[in-house]
Amino acid sequence: MIAEIGHFALIIALVTSILQASVPLIATYHAGLNDYMRLAVPLQLLSAAGIIISFACLLVTFITSDFSVALVAQHSHSLKPMLYKISGSWGNHEGSLLLWCVILALYGTVFACSSRALSRTTHSRILAIHAMVSIAFLSFSLFTSNPFERLSPAPIDGQGLNPVLQDVGLALHPPTLYLGYVGLSLAFAFAVAGLLDGRIDKIWAQALKPYITAAWCALTAGIALGSWWAYYELGWGGWWFWDPVENASLMPWLAATALLHSTNVVAAKEGFRSWTVLLAILGFSLSLIGTFIVRSGLLTSVHSFASDPARGVFILGILMLAIGLPLCLYVWRGPQLAAKNTTSFMVSRETGLLINNALLLVSTAIILLGTFYPLGLEVMTGARITVGPPYFAATFSPVMGIAVFFMGIGPVLAWHRGRLSHASLLFIICGLSVGVAAIICFSLGIKPAALAGISLAIWLLASIVSDIILRLKPWRIAGLGARTLSLPAPQWGMWCAHFGMVIFLAGALGEGLYQREAIQRVQPGSVISLGPYSITFKQILSLKGANYQTQTAELALFDDEGNFLSMMMPEKRFYPAEKQVTTEAAIRSSLLGDVYAVLGDGDDDKGYTIRLYHKPLVSWIWGGAAIMVLGGAIAAFGRRRKTPLPYHEDTV
Amino acid sequence: MTAKTRRLFLTFGALMVLGLAVFLVLSALKENIVYFYSPSDIEETHLSAKRLRVGGLVKDGSADIDGLSATFILTDQIDDISVRYDGALPDLFREGQGIIAEGRFTGDIFIADIVLAKHDETYMPREVADSLKQKGLWQGDAPSDGASQ
Repeated sequence: MIAEIGHFALIIALVTSILQASVPLIATYHAGLNDYMRLAVPLQLLSAAGIIISFACLLVTFITSDFSVALVAQHSHSLKPMLYKISGSWGNHEGSLLLWCVILALYGTVFACSSRALSRTTHSRILAIHAMVSIAFLSFSLFTSNPFERLSPAPIDGQGLNPVLQDVGLALHPPTLYLGYVGLSLAFAFAVAGLLDGRIDKIWAQALKPYITAAWCALTAGIALGSWWAYYELGWGGWWFWDPVENASLMPWLAATALLHSTNVVAAKEGFRSWTVLLAILGFSLSLIGTFIVRSGLLTSVHSFASDPARGVFILGILMLAIGLPLCLYVWRGPQLAAKNTTSFMVSRETGLLINNALLLVSTAIILLGTFYPLGLEVMTGARITVGPPYFAATFSPVMGIAVFFMGIGPVLAWHRGRLSHASLLFIICGLSVGVAAIICFSLGIKPAALAGISLAIWLLASIVSDIILRLKPWRIAGLGARTLSLPAPQWGMWCAHFGMVIFLAGALGEGLYQREAIQRVQPGSVISLGPYSITFKQILSLKGANYQTQTAELALFDDEGNFLSMMMPEKRFYPAEKQVTTEAAIRSSLLGDVYAVLGDGDDDKGYTIRLYHKPLVSWIWGGAAIMVLGGAIAAFGRRRKTPLPYHEDTV
Repeated sequence: MTAKTRRLFLTFGALMVLGLAVFLVLSALKENIVYFYSPSDIEETHLSAKRLRVGGLVKDGSADIDGLSATFILTDQIDDISVRYDGALPDLFREGQGIIAEGRFTGDIFIADIVLAKHDETYMPREVADSLKQKGLWQGDAPSDGASQ
């Protein structure tokens, strides 16, 4: 019964979305029908209610382990812990699609109830376009992947969820990532509505900014969570594998980062308008491509966990429409958006942001090429190839290196006209810091790659710190508090997010260039040395967990002075219900670096294989991401400078 | 500075960035692409030092694992190649399982530095499954959706 209610609610949501996409949109074009625009908001609320009821029904079927629903029977098990029963509802194709629709509904509802500064016409058009995206995904769900399909006869018990996926990090990863992807769909709706209006202005950009920033924060957090999960769960010790699925989330992130910056130019100076529209379309297309990659099983990947060509074709269809129609609209309406005469000077914030956008797009293209080249080659010549991490290291890293260099310059320049003399003191400070750091590094005999990376990180850090100091002038005590408070929140958010990048860079450099590794076959009592640490292998224990059995190694970790630091217990788990073996790494984290231990196979006669890694600064990678998210949150939700927006006459 | 020279500078800068990116991409693609073959596709020309991926089934009775060094025979039921691998094998490495090895040929022996198998009992690496199906040696017993189990 619950499943049928869910199915029915989903159909209602589809019907209301069709109404929402048509009636208010037509009403915006006929003066006599203008009153019908008022329907957009209630229709949005109604379809959101349908989707949320439907998702609640799915949750109930999972919580009560109703195995007469095919999806529950395939992906749940009565013995599974409650948390994973719940997360199991979106840990599969059908459920994750419904989750996508839920988040779409949430963004739509938040937008419907706010953004009052927009004219009613624009507001209604955005809601109508947003409903079109909903239609695409709701019909995808209903027609190709109905989560509520019944199974008859109902099995006694479910087939469980992949034990690798039974994890808190992974339970949170899809919802967070989807919050990001779907946020870009709202930017897409803004862009298309802007094209229909033939007008993009400060108000449009101011209304869009919080959503993009929120989406960007969610994307950052989602990618970081996924990477953190891969790090501690997969037992390979890496944090980024350039796997197509990871690339699929990184591309929208890069586009969203570019969009976030270019929207600022529209909001401040009404420059970059057509460019921003294109970026919004591109960003949403890239998140669709991301879904397409994951959902179609098109590319070989370590974690493509659903595959069905029919679904792939459906998403490809959505993708064609989502890219094709807005681009046609852009060709038709774009010229009306062409920049007003806002020619700014060569050295200005605008130029900095232009460079930022260009570099971000180039790096997106590099990843797109590396991800799809093997596929194209296979289709055309039949040759099967792999484009591995070395390709990305050789292309993506230098381009991002240049981007980081400009991250140190752009923000200190003024809008429109930045006299270099104004910023020159700052560049002298930055240059000196980098020089001193380089000399120290060089005398310590550090690798050139590390030298370049460290110089960039210090360059960026020096630029942020000196920018803050020069603005606050802490040597003049009088008025310091007032100066601090008068800076708008987005300024602080920007500094914070850029500082997160410094921390991230430090982590990536430490892990990438100074990792140590030891793999040994050992008997109880053996000692393995790993850089400054030594590890004693004590014994193997056989234990029983909730729904698995384990082989657990006891490793004692000592530092170079022989002080006992901690006991590390890497496990090998066997899940009888799924007949699967998983590896649970033991990680001893500290601010300066992690020690990572994995138990391989072996027996008492031949000894056991133990893999150990020392990863300096690795936790800074996720710490940096967290600081970036914090920065985004400050910018999105913090106090703004009080500049009253000019309201349009026909506001909602 | 006039608008014209400014535009000239910007175009020039954009071309520089694009040129750099194209150069990086082309040289990286040339160096870092790894081709996949099944054992019967291997020809004399592949026995050079170029990096490759080879995929197939681990032949029954061929695996000889001694501590951290393993040798085994990879087969597609037409041809066999001998593989040596120094390191910890993945959890689900076993005879009869489809795996992918990445490395270089030294003489007739393939020295692998990466061996990929998956956590899943029914899993067959896609390339291996495709090439076995092409040769009519394996029909694929698991439905494609089964990968999620």
